[in-house]
Amino acid sequence: MADESKEPKPPHVPTGDKPASSTPPVSTPSGKPADASEPAAPRKPPAPAAPKPPVVLQTPLDNEFVTRFRAKFGAALLQAMEDRKQAILVVERARLMEIALHLRDDEKFDMLSDLTAVDWPKRDKRFEVVLNVYSFAKNERLRVKVLAADAEEVPSVVGVWPTANWQEREVFDMFGIVFSGHPDLKRILLPDEWQGYPLRKDYDILQQDAAWVRENLGIESGQ
Amino acid sequence: MGPQHPSTHGVLRVKLKLDGERVIGSECIIGYLHRGVEKIAENRTYQQFAPYVDRMDYVAAVSSGLGYCEAVEKLLVVEAPPRARVIRTILTELQRIASHLLWLGTHALDIGALTPLFYCFREREEILKIFEKYCGARLTTHAFRIGGLQYEAYDTLEKDVERFCKDFESRIVEYETLLTQNRIWIGRTKGVGILTAADAIAFGVTGPVLRASGVKWDIRKAMPYAAYDQYKFEIPVGTTGDTYDRYLVRMEEMRQSRLICLQAIENIPSGPIMGKVGKVLKPPPGEVYHAIEAPKGEIGYYIVSDGTVQPYRVHIRPPSFINLQAFDRMVRGHLVADVVAIIGTIDIVLGEVDR
Repeated sequence: MADESKEPKPPHVPTGDKPASSTPPVSTPSGKPADASEPAAPRKPPAPAAPKPPVVLQTPLDNEFVTRFRAKFGAALLQAMEDRKQAILVVERARLMEIALHLRDDEKFDMLSDLTAVDWPKRDKRFEVVLNVYSFAKNERLRVKVLAADAEEVPSVVGVWPTANWQEREVFDMFGIVFSGHPDLKRILLPDEWQGYPLRKDYDILQQDAAWVRENLGIESGQ
Repeated sequence: MGPQHPSTHGVLRVKLKLDGERVIGSECIIGYLHRGVEKIAENRTYQQFAPYVDRMDYVAAVSSGLGYCEAVEKLLVVEAPPRARVIRTILTELQRIASHLLWLGTHALDIGALTPLFYCFREREEILKIFEKYCGARLTTHAFRIGGLQYEAYDTLEKDVERFCKDFESRIVEYETLLTQNRIWIGRTKGVGILTAADAIAFGVTGPVLRASGVKWDIRKAMPYAAYDQYKFEIPVGTTGDTYDRYLVRMEEMRQSRLICLQAIENIPSGPIMGKVGKVLKPPPGEVYHAIEAPKGEIGYYIVSDGTVQPYRVHIRPPSFINLQAFDRMVRGHLVADVVAIIGTIDIVLGEVDR
């Protein structure tokens, strides 16, 4: 997550405390253009408030819970971070089932609030499957992510949280991610004969399933 | 059953496996109202997408709108000013009452009690009038903006809300006299569609359905948002998790919402109604999950930003969709006539199930 998000927008990269040098970053997000380039105002740059240090939103997460988790799963924990104070763990796909059971039984994350996916076509593992779990006992949320390339299967967590059933079907419907071990993996919102997976980034909304539209609605295009 | 059956509250199709009159299995066929809002979001700016969320749960548009605005605010790392938060709370609680009233009227109608519908719509009308006076719309209100509010509270808002709350106290008693001790009502709802607490949690059920099963959990208390941390209110819970309990929980919730409104109008802070957000919203890259307690349960927004003006991904966790999953568990072993009661008691809106 973090490395990708850094690419498109360098100004936001958490660079830590920059020493108050005379030249503020050229493209501060707030975009005050007149700060440094104007020779007429040489006294401005040293002003303490002018170059705002970029707000650090993504920080590595390292607390008791993560230490416990790392001790148990070691290398299966690929990354632990916080984004806007929300905890995120990136874990190995193959061990998801084991990890899910551990989270539910030992860490008391008894409810799966939400399960979805995000498509990043340019990465070598294009799909992120995102599980949002909640613990009643701790009143805490946690986000668990696994990465999957095209045509790679993700273990289904229906056995751990039955609510995942429809949510995994929706992810299959929209992204075409196959969940291995799912009891009844089929489309849920779209018609069964639909071609393509609409929430993939390369699904062209104008080039939708024209054949289905023609056949079932009797018009050339849905657009 | 369905998708055109009047008791399915929209276009829900249910395949039932029967043994005589008894249901031994079921499957919900959904998607008739799918509009692809999550895809639409990727092609709109953050502000442009806000009106779309009103069209998911169209009988509780204010609540969905609040969830979306707060999620984007979290993503932007800004906060709405106190005045905006209090006005948001008032309108959202009114919306909760309106949504529960619509549920009560139609649910009772499904079971065969015609009268409550008229009473419920009478009060709901008053709430919609307040919305109309506030923002010009009654149903898909788009009442809030990212960062605060578009409209200042109109002059008599407090008075209108106060008058409504005063009247409403005795109105709830009216509904209760019609139903709570009614032998037919009790016969049709008690012991029907029981959902245990363990099942409810396993199926991710939230909102009044979860509370009726005895889990005392409400996001307004657990993770307060808007201005809920300032007000005193109770979380009603049930014991058996049957249809009758869910009825009682929602009735009590309306009373609590009324109390919240009364506390809120007492002291609306002055000040700006819009926080410090620009005209063009470019949230820093990253992601956020924010959930609020909508009338039907937890509505969550998972938004990923790539630093541009359009969201990279918006995922909505709709309470109706998730709660409907527990339908199969609730309906097994009951009669066909109870199916109608159980669909009603989950309180779904198909616009939100299908998105």
